[in-house]
Amino acid sequence: MGKAGRIARRTFLIGTASVLGGVAFGYYMYKRPMTNPLLADLEPGEAALTPYVLINAEGVTLITPRADKGQGVYHVQAALIAEELDVDLAAVKTDPGPPSAAYYNTALSAEAVPFASYDQGFVAETMRNVMDAPMKFMGMQITGGSTTVPDSWEKLRIAGAVARETLKKAASEISGINTTALKTENGAVILPDGSKMRYEELAAKAAEIEPVGRVKLREPDEWRYIGKKMQRIDIVAKSTGQQDYGIDMHAEGMLFATVKLNPGQGGALNGFDASAAEAMRGVEKVFEIPGGVGVIADNTWRAFKAAEAVECDWGDAPYPAEQAQHWQVLSESFVSDRQDSRQRDDGDVEALDLDHAVEYRGPYLSHAPLEPINATVLVQEGRVDVWTGTQVPRFAQAHVAEVTGLPEENVHIHVLMMGGSFGHRLEDDVVIRAAQVAMQAKGRPVKLTYSREEDMAHDFLRPIAMMRAKGAVGDGQVKALDMSIAAPSTVASQMGERQGLALPGPDPSIVNGAWDQPFAIPDYRVTGYRAPKLAPVSSWRSVGASINGFFHESYLDELIHAAGADPLEERLRLCIDPTARNVLEAVGEMSGWSGGAIGEGRGRGLAMTVSFGVPCAEVVEVSAGEDGIKIEKVWVAVDVGRVVDPVNFEGLVKGGVVFGLGHAMFAEMTFAGGAVEQRNFDSYPYMRLGQCPEIEVRGLETGPKIRGVGEPPVPPAAPALGNAIFAATGKRLREMPFAKQVDFV
Amino acid sequence: MKLVVNGKAHEVDVEDDMPLLWVLRDELGHREVKYGCGIAQCGACTVEIDGEAVKSCQVWAADVEGEVKTITAPDPSEALTALQEAWIAHQVAQCGYCQSGQIMLAASLLSETPAPSDDEIDEAMNANLCRCGTYPRIRAAIKDAALKLGGA
Repeated sequence: MGKAGRIARRTFLIGTASVLGGVAFGYYMYKRPMTNPLLADLEPGEAALTPYVLINAEGVTLITPRADKGQGVYHVQAALIAEELDVDLAAVKTDPGPPSAAYYNTALSAEAVPFASYDQGFVAETMRNVMDAPMKFMGMQITGGSTTVPDSWEKLRIAGAVARETLKKAASEISGINTTALKTENGAVILPDGSKMRYEELAAKAAEIEPVGRVKLREPDEWRYIGKKMQRIDIVAKSTGQQDYGIDMHAEGMLFATVKLNPGQGGALNGFDASAAEAMRGVEKVFEIPGGVGVIADNTWRAFKAAEAVECDWGDAPYPAEQAQHWQVLSESFVSDRQDSRQRDDGDVEALDLDHAVEYRGPYLSHAPLEPINATVLVQEGRVDVWTGTQVPRFAQAHVAEVTGLPEENVHIHVLMMGGSFGHRLEDDVVIRAAQVAMQAKGRPVKLTYSREEDMAHDFLRPIAMMRAKGAVGDGQVKALDMSIAAPSTVASQMGERQGLALPGPDPSIVNGAWDQPFAIPDYRVTGYRAPKLAPVSSWRSVGASINGFFHESYLDELIHAAGADPLEERLRLCIDPTARNVLEAVGEMSGWSGGAIGEGRGRGLAMTVSFGVPCAEVVEVSAGEDGIKIEKVWVAVDVGRVVDPVNFEGLVKGGVVFGLGHAMFAEMTFAGGAVEQRNFDSYPYMRLGQCPEIEVRGLETGPKIRGVGEPPVPPAAPALGNAIFAATGKRLREMPFAKQVDFV
Repeated sequence: MKLVVNGKAHEVDVEDDMPLLWVLRDELGHREVKYGCGIAQCGACTVEIDGEAVKSCQVWAADVEGEVKTITAPDPSEALTALQEAWIAHQVAQCGYCQSGQIMLAASLLSETPAPSDDEIDEAMNANLCRCGTYPRIRAAIKDAALKLGGA
């Protein structure tokens, strides 16, 4: 870490950070400091030292603006602040804070540049820093892309240190003792005689003085929390039924609502008959909203029942009605005028006579977090309050302002705990719907809950994708790989159509996980084709890499097999990134790798994908018996540079493996008559406990940068499983879900 | 109709076909009982009726005769307490949304089968779904709790 990284500039206190270049985006605007959002609502005697620490008479509140969908980031963010602030994690409160530009995500944009994450050359790094400017300009407070830890790593420790040093300065001014003689411990400044001045008592003084602008971060050997086993701050509540989620929101006089929207996403409502529904018990109101109807009742179940009873005449879906037509569009998209990117073009594949032609497919998928989407909205004169679990509070705020006609600053978003997301809550459609519904019952809080069926029918899906490839092998080696991938654009659908952001240039999600892999294949090309818009699509845990990892690592395995090489040795031979080599070697050692063939009816598969800058290698072992395929064991090696909390880390990695395997085995969303056919977990199956293998995890810390681990374990799981099934049965799986082609125990 | 939940008697006036889940959540404020699917696929709504694990989305409140217990019951069984402790020790939860249901199902398993085999754990717990993939820790926590209950 360079010196610049250790010294907090004065400007940091109000949320700014250094920005290189920034030619096209109005230097003046984004150089202006962003306001500390906590200063707006302060009571006398309260001090908001940085946008991340609030201290009043009741105690210390740490602001954790990245949303917690279950990945434990409230805990991780609090631990980073506490590491420098010297507070007991069990004794402080955490709060996600208000939506604010000051909480913009620095790390998210860093991966939106056309350089592979392992490329740390001057140009790549400069571009990453320039990209920081537009992200800040838009003030995007987003949780996603496994960015919470990289984004928070320095920011939050600096925030904690600035707060600590300012509290010491306040104590010094009150006591007359020089700050160098003061220490801090457990929420208090300790004077030389051992007496304590609690942070709470110092808050008023700290608020009056200039915050300390230069701090030095602690060295790793001084850390109390980082790298140590910790108890997640939400673990007791979540083990005892005490944790409330968005869906558990309750307020005096609250009404219960649901919606019934055109199952052809985005299609019109031509007309409806609500007479039966309106006569049902507890139903207050049935009314039209854009593309559907809203129902307000005195109980969620009554609202669901009434919505079922509304007769609707739906317009057509704005995309092809049948699944086969969606595949047809992709099939026709491998043409030059739909070429979107060619970020990998090594050697000259055109000059070669390539063979081993294949076609692969990845299905639409639903996010389907277990808590159905919901939002509670109270519209009052000149003020709107929204309670919901969201990863994009700033977008939600702007949309609610549009619906209600109020200025954004009058829209108050209260972010609640989420019962999972996997990318679902990067979409704020439910918040818009809740605002539309609450406009029908001004003055009363209205909780909008989607039924599971309505949730899945209106999810913004992981896009389908199709891959075609050819390659060449010789001398026992992989010599050439030419891969083309066609998919609709996630960025255009999610950020363009629904958030109104024009993001020019290629869509990295079409090829991420394939073009950016650290292999030196002599002739190596990856081309992305942008299919025309189909069903609305969005980011699904690990985004493009969730499909492209499967495409790339399965096909590479095919070529390695054709070359007669060993899957681990050949990957190691080709691998040019030292961190990726480390995870490959580690997973080989953990599993005692000796090739894919391990005896009759058994097999092992290996895959490694670099996504979000994190190399993750997995070995899956299967048996193939009369009842079908059984996953016996999984080994995972992953390198995030620095593991903040080993317990949470290991849980997230195992969960990511289950997520990757569970969907590869069973899950797809398909269209018929313009609507998705899978509306609940009976038709959208997933791995069950009895199918879950033992998973052994090793977290390496050799990478040059700290990275997040929410997503990287997902992409290699599907290809490692497919490669294992091939090793055990000789059957090559080129389409997910695998259960269409093999049985699982 | 009358309903006894966590030792407290309630008189509720609802339709005969309202599932217990929604009476608990929206009429009685027992929001620790979660809605996930409504069709007995996920088990997030699992409660105990007379000591047996039941998916509350599948039972009409009007048909309930025994006492309903949720995870926040003030007089938890030994098994329930041991499981909650094991769930905390193993830090099972990620999003946590399914975990009340998982713990209630595990409590019912342990009360019937105090020392379940791996296969018995798998078979019983297949009834519930965890989208975050906490299965390895659920397994470990159940084994730990069973050991403590039997070995103490």
